[in-house]
Amino acid sequence: MSLILDHVNHIYGEDTNLAVAALVDINLVIPDGQFIGLIGHTGSGKSTLVQHLNGLLKPTSGAIYFNGQDIADKDYDKKELRSKVGLVFQYPEHQLFEVTVFQDVCFGPKNLGLSSKEVELRAFEALKLAGVKEEQFYQSPFDLSGGQKRRVAIAGVLAMKPEVLILDEPTAGLDPKGRDEILGQIKKLQKETGITIILVSHSMEDVAEYVDRIIVMNKGRVMFDDVPKEVFKHYEELEEVGLAAPQVTYIMNRLNKEGFSLDTNVTTIPEAKEAILKVFR
Amino acid sequence: MLRDITLGQYYQTESVIHKLDPRVKLVGTICYIISLFLVNNIWGYVIAALFLAAMIKLSNVPFKFMVKGMRAILFLLLITVVFNMFLTPGEALVSFWKLTITREGLKLAIMMAIRLSFLIIGSSVMTLTTTPNNLTDGMENLMKPLRKIKVPVHEIAMMMSIALRFIPILLEETDKIMKAQIARGADFESGNIMKKAKALVPLLVPLFISAFRRANDLAMAMEARCYRGGDGRTKMKPLVYKKADRIGYAVLVLYLLVCLSVGKFAEILFGAILGIMMTVA
Repeated sequence: MSLILDHVNHIYGEDTNLAVAALVDINLVIPDGQFIGLIGHTGSGKSTLVQHLNGLLKPTSGAIYFNGQDIADKDYDKKELRSKVGLVFQYPEHQLFEVTVFQDVCFGPKNLGLSSKEVELRAFEALKLAGVKEEQFYQSPFDLSGGQKRRVAIAGVLAMKPEVLILDEPTAGLDPKGRDEILGQIKKLQKETGITIILVSHSMEDVAEYVDRIIVMNKGRVMFDDVPKEVFKHYEELEEVGLAAPQVTYIMNRLNKEGFSLDTNVTTIPEAKEAILKVFR
Repeated sequence: MLRDITLGQYYQTESVIHKLDPRVKLVGTICYIISLFLVNNIWGYVIAALFLAAMIKLSNVPFKFMVKGMRAILFLLLITVVFNMFLTPGEALVSFWKLTITREGLKLAIMMAIRLSFLIIGSSVMTLTTTPNNLTDGMENLMKPLRKIKVPVHEIAMMMSIALRFIPILLEETDKIMKAQIARGADFESGNIMKKAKALVPLLVPLFISAFRRANDLAMAMEARCYRGGDGRTKMKPLVYKKADRIGYAVLVLYLLVCLSVGKFAEILFGAILGIMMTVA
């Protein structure tokens, strides 16, 4: 039960004079239940990569396997794949269209051909999981605030009960509070349901404290693929490609340069606090 | 999905045609279209075809891009040909069941097909080699005399350039929303016509909302920059005729003269040759 990418390449506009290689030789194994951060600068190919995972884009060469089956096979059920690999696009609130929040969330499961009872049950569960308040269920989605709309849109994908949930920049355009709320909700969701989550972002800070594994993309290639601690050790190389490690990494390295001997493996502020206090004890 | 539409799209490359003043290209295209409808003999069409081929060669745009635009009007072309072929009265060539193909009909059908396809390819040479902004600039300039009779020339040009500017944005947006809804299990391809029309609702509602949002943003941005219409407005890059443009006009006049007189000339020439042969014999 996993996603495997085998030598995946993708070229945009292959037969024009504007051909761009968006993905170059991507090899990844995404096991069940992992919380993964996919990081990259604008144009590094991360959005292109995630659109391959549910078959919206076809690789120019290479293959993608979901639960041991090649998703490019003619008789492979694409609809089934899309319900199992849920993809939440950037600014997902732009896809809302129904009269009420509840009806909008019903759209996904309804397309799966489930009974109306099952559809409503799933919509209800998904809205709860995404942290939408019950009094908002029967409002127009267009009357909600930006952060609330986004929760509804995420619920719209959750209602399909995916095994893998991909979120493309779920915090884009939100204020710090809204950002923390959404990320906290996603972490909670992962703990409660145990599904695989791939969080696409351009900010290490966003993902550092949540994920088990970070995949760094640069110019269509996988640059690093490791646990956060190991990836942040390369903070100088990350900077060269326009990314940055979390600020605590910088502080710890700077303090060590000044003669302290701290553990530079910390990635979150509470861990850093512990490490610094240890020295003074 | 929707990137195949090339009609009215700019193709970026270096060429003599790309560098021409948009006014030359506009006048040229209009004259070319008029010439297609004035010509009524085979020689004129040969000249028109040669002229078009030369322009395509000079424009450095791959021929298949021009033909791609034809796909959109293939249906129209087919209807025109069929109607002309069967419904023109005259000398019968072939007849089966209640349908008769006449000699006049066949001639008319072929002529219409040539006219229509030259017309489309001819105008796509213009749109493929001129940026929308340049095109509307040229149009505004050419329509300037109409201001005397209170035609809001600047406003028309501005509306056109905004509309043209929004085509790729809305196409991209459509593509994005379509993908987002497909990720939620929407199906835009199968089913009968009613089902297909119904399937468009989740696409059209978000698209309209986004178009209105963008229009609002644009109006606000224009107002913030003190836009107040065309009076007293100067151009950053005023249109000035250069040597190449004068040559362009000369070539155009030459083409028109040759194209419109070649039929008569050929008649006289044939007459003369025939006459000589008769006298020799």
